Amino acid sequence: MIRVTRRYRFSASHRLNAAGLSAEENRALYGKCNNPHGHGHDYALEVSVRGPVDAASGRVADLAALDALVREQVLEPFDHHDLNAEVPAFAERVPTTENLAVEIQSRLSARWPEVFPGAGPALDAIRIQETKRNRFELHD
Amino acid sequence: MLITRRADFSASHVCRVPGLSDEENQALYGAASNPHGHGHNYVIEVTLEGDPQPETGMVYDLKRLKEVIQQEVVEPMDHRFLNREVPPFDTVVPTTENLAIEVWRRIEPRVAGPRVRLHAVRVYETEDLYVDYFGGQP
Repeated sequence: MIRVTRRYRFSASHRLNAAGLSAEENRALYGKCNNPHGHGHDYALEVSVRGPVDAASGRVADLAALDALVREQVLEPFDHHDLNAEVPAFAERVPTTENLAVEIQSRLSARWPEVFPGAGPALDAIRIQETKRNRFELHD
Repeated sequence: MLITRRADFSASHVCRVPGLSDEENQALYGAASNPHGHGHNYVIEVTLEGDPQPETGMVYDLKRLKEVIQQEVVEPMDHRFLNREVPPFDTVVPTTENLAIEVWRRIEPRVAGPRVRLHAVRVYETEDLYVDYFGGQP
């Protein structure tokens, strides 16, 4: 098995606040991340795709096509935006990095068959580093 | 248990399929198809799998692994033009994928034994692009 991983970066703000909880419960649950004015991170996103290696080109995936897909589905809508206010999926759902990984996987999967038709590469994993001290990984 | 040794080397390469035109190669590989080549500071990680031996407390002697990587990969590839100086890249396109497979092919017979197996080879072409090869059908 062979897997190619590409790393991207985006910066965004968010606020963690669960609608079903009281202000006090949210403060207790999310701590500083519940600050009403929000806060931001420099996210590092890794997208892994898995084989096969094309015999002619020696590549698993057309990286320009992958870059364009990630730019369209993730970087443009998320980079330098407020996730809660500007990304519809997070109007209701709390933009934890767990939920962010699920949202990115779903956005990429929805367009995947169009960008990589037939027996092309499969989306293998999404990895998000929210800060240098934490990382979230979602496998296919 | 998995143990990993890291090494690095710098080399130039060019990605072109011989039968294709300049325009087709440019469409396929972008800037990497420039016929004069370009270079990278490659970083490789070699991961072995096994159990620590009771007498040594080690899965594998990392000094030995370092030597194997040095002999099989770093010495032949460091400060070389891969396409011109390092077979099989005279005929195989030196994409990161093919480089990871070649590193595996060179290292696997030197380290595999009854108590240890090669688990993965990771090749970073840049900080933002890396390939993991786990053996078998690529």
